[in-house]
Amino acid sequence: MKIALTINNVKKEVEISPSEFLLDVLRRLDYMSVKKGCDTGTCGVCTVLMDGKPVLSCSVLAASADGHEITTIEGLSEDPEFKAISNALLEEGADQCGFCSPGLILNVYAMKKELKNPSEEDMKKYLVGNLCRCTGYVPQMRAIKKYFEVKA
Amino acid sequence: MKEVKSSIKKVDGYGLVSGKPVYTDDLAPKNSLVVKILRSPHAFAKIKNIDTTKAEQLDGVECILTYKNVPRNIFTRAGQGYPEPSPYDKYILDEYVRYVGDEVAVVAARDEYTAEKALELLEVEYEILEPVLDFEKSKGSKSIIHPEKDYQSESFVSSDPKNNIAATYEMSIGDIEKEIENSDVVVKDRFYTQAQAHVMMEPHAAYSYMDMQGRLVVVTSTQVPFHVRRILARALGLPIKKIRVIKPRVGGGFGGKQAIHGEPYVALVTLKTGKPAKVYYTRKEVFESTYTRHPMRFDVTIGADKDGRIKVIDVRGLSDTGAYGEHALTTFMVAGSKVLPMYNKVKAVRFGGDVVYTNHPPAGAFRGYGAIQANFAIESAMDMLAYKLNMDPVKLREINMIRENETSPIFKIMGEGREGVDMIVRSCKLDECVEKGAKKIDWENKFKTKKEGKKVKGVGMAIAMQGSGIAKIDMGAATLKLNEDGSFNLLIGATDIGTGSDTILSQIAAEVLNVPTENIIPYSSDTDVTPFDVGAYASSTTYVSGNAVRKAAEKMKEEIIKAGAEYFEVPVEEVEFDGKEIKTKDNKITLQKLAEILYYNENQKQLSATGSYVGEESPPPFMAGYAEVEVDIETGKIDLLNYVAVVDCGTPINPNLAKVQVEGGLAQGIGMAMYEEVKYDKNGRLLTNNLLNYKIPSRVDIKNLEVELVDSYEPTGPFGAKSVGEIGIDTPPAAIANAIYNAVGVRIKDLPITPEKVLKALKNK
Ligand code: FES
Ligand code: FES
Repeated sequence: MKIALTINNVKKEVEISPSEFLLDVLRRLDYMSVKKGCDTGTCGVCTVLMDGKPVLSCSVLAASADGHEITTIEGLSEDPEFKAISNALLEEGADQCGFCSPGLILNVYAMKKELKNPSEEDMKKYLVGNLCRCTGYVPQMRAIKKYFEVKA
Repeated sequence: MKEVKSSIKKVDGYGLVSGKPVYTDDLAPKNSLVVKILRSPHAFAKIKNIDTTKAEQLDGVECILTYKNVPRNIFTRAGQGYPEPSPYDKYILDEYVRYVGDEVAVVAARDEYTAEKALELLEVEYEILEPVLDFEKSKGSKSIIHPEKDYQSESFVSSDPKNNIAATYEMSIGDIEKEIENSDVVVKDRFYTQAQAHVMMEPHAAYSYMDMQGRLVVVTSTQVPFHVRRILARALGLPIKKIRVIKPRVGGGFGGKQAIHGEPYVALVTLKTGKPAKVYYTRKEVFESTYTRHPMRFDVTIGADKDGRIKVIDVRGLSDTGAYGEHALTTFMVAGSKVLPMYNKVKAVRFGGDVVYTNHPPAGAFRGYGAIQANFAIESAMDMLAYKLNMDPVKLREINMIRENETSPIFKIMGEGREGVDMIVRSCKLDECVEKGAKKIDWENKFKTKKEGKKVKGVGMAIAMQGSGIAKIDMGAATLKLNEDGSFNLLIGATDIGTGSDTILSQIAAEVLNVPTENIIPYSSDTDVTPFDVGAYASSTTYVSGNAVRKAAEKMKEEIIKAGAEYFEVPVEEVEFDGKEIKTKDNKITLQKLAEILYYNENQKQLSATGSYVGEESPPPFMAGYAEVEVDIETGKIDLLNYVAVVDCGTPINPNLAKVQVEGGLAQGIGMAMYEEVKYDKNGRLLTNNLLNYKIPSRVDIKNLEVELVDSYEPTGPFGAKSVGEIGIDTPPAAIANAIYNAVGVRIKDLPITPEKVLKALKNK
């Protein structure tokens, strides 16, 4: 079947099979920033924004994304918010293997738009679905707090 | 020092955070055949027959592999030095399957859907055998897991497959019995540690193709490209020169990618079809069909005089290697060699036991391997001793622990799989780590506070040591090449798996050459292009490969000076190179200009230099870990309020990246201590085969980690550096167990420490 997707502001008609997940479609279309880390919607590395809200692309049927706007990290490369978040991560050395980074950054990006003055606990809760096995989370939190300019 | 000891950003960081296609699966050719593996539903069975006819007829299926049509060369998947310290007990595909998840057959098809369909059409007849599911009953059981005739191991490995033993090890110094008898206080107890899964975020992935010279190219998410090449050559029966292994970015490893996984299957498909082929493990496969940490049991006896001077430590271990003996001997030996030297004032010490096979998923390398298991047992027993002596546990460590310029006889006796090397620890700030940590956590007050109420707080501590590479066995090499604009390519066989080693090694080269790190362009690793390196394991990269880079850079500096001398026609003694310019008394030329001349105009030649390094010793990093917990005595719930880690890793090349290594290690150690529980059903099927059932710590579980690096200088390391990769993981299990005991008086002796266990212990108190 054919669906219409706006990916990173570019309109596309995409041929999909009804059982395909958004993750696989995006990777098939060469949006390789969208990673696959699990089979159960539990790791968060496949996070993308759908109409600005973070979703797990491994758990969204491509068919149900028909007509929606999808943002992957490729689409944010010029965005100042993206630059600020990623720079904060880089400064803390919190980009270890980097496999979780695009998903995390998209979620932080969405969190900044959604939450006003979040506390550290609010942030952790918001980002709890983004697992990371390399950093122990602490340097990521340091970076995110810096980005939000929240005093610890 | 400008470039080292500086927290610069990772050289590949921007590419990673912006999601560039850099990992194995991102790079696989679009037309790759998709490889899927049929896996055993039985813990132990003999395949009587596999009928592939139906699957073969499916449109889009290109290749099916079974034990009937693959090379039958026995090998080990463990990526270690050579001769190999792990037994040869594995075939690419065998007629025996030895755990639920073991490989039965392989299909390659045009797309994923067809490959999965084909798997369903394979018809397998099994003869089910009696599995061995309890490692304490494995030795001498009537089910023999490895009956194959060509089972082999190197002469320095004592395996006994008829009794399900993959390896045995024994060592002893002094008169154990006499020292125990002469001790005023003796503790004796049994401890268990569980299997732990690596859960690197990127699952195992590999693809392969034939190059234009008819050579096999395998691109894989691995920590050990050169070992992969060697192992593949053996397994496939190909000469090494016919294989090229390339490692792109790796999405985490932690030892989980220190072996081969899908590589032989994609390789064989490519060899048979001539087409590119790729495999991407599902998370379920990562859990069920790769490997875990070795579960271990320890019986620990420690004797001391009434002043707390430890006289004797006796450790009997039993390790479960699962269905295959990967890292069986080395992990077990390291359990002794990376813990016991900390207490170097003992009169007698003994360590020994067996590593046995079971029909569980295999065990293999995992950060801190062996050390974290034994650390839990010994550092728990140390606290038990302290309580018996009525002594502060910190004091007990201070009396007995190793100090700078001291040694331990164990260094020489126990290495990794072989004899070790004699060494004096030239840099050891363990005493400072202990002292600083105690202050930071406010030990004095918190340890002594009277414990009351429903929620009780307590502190606990443990100390740890690791090593830096495997002395006299593992080597690394690096090549520097000058470009015509004055920049340098740094070719390294070392493998950045997310640790930042490409950056750290570039910093080392830059420091020696006195150029900015951005003028060093690292490339790792490709067996055709980069020099040999054993890869990322045993906390070796900064120390071993770092020393190789240092040597290469020193040689490069000489080359530049020599070229300058030729250019100015003066003796080399009159030439200096300051990183920017090559100077004599009266003349100077920039490096960039000289390079340009060298490549285009005069005296034309390429400047390049290679350095290689093998550690003559393996200087240990040290750490003191302090945990503060709060235990709810009504529910057994444990909150880890704070964890303080003070680490001596020598002089860190990049303090930020070193710190993050410790933080990441701590979180994994905390996971092992409190959350990560491997469960099987009664038939040996893994129940914790997804991230819902196998819980690694999440962002909310990790509350507060405080990491401090103490100032130390390791004279044998590059710019004073030692390793930091593993040490962070070692202390949490014992420190948390000790903190719980100090809070509520119950001692949990098997990991993970769950609320149920604490509650049960509280009830039985
Ligand atoms: S891939 Fe793990 S949550 Fe989507
Ligand atoms: S940086 Fe490797 S998983 Fe987060």
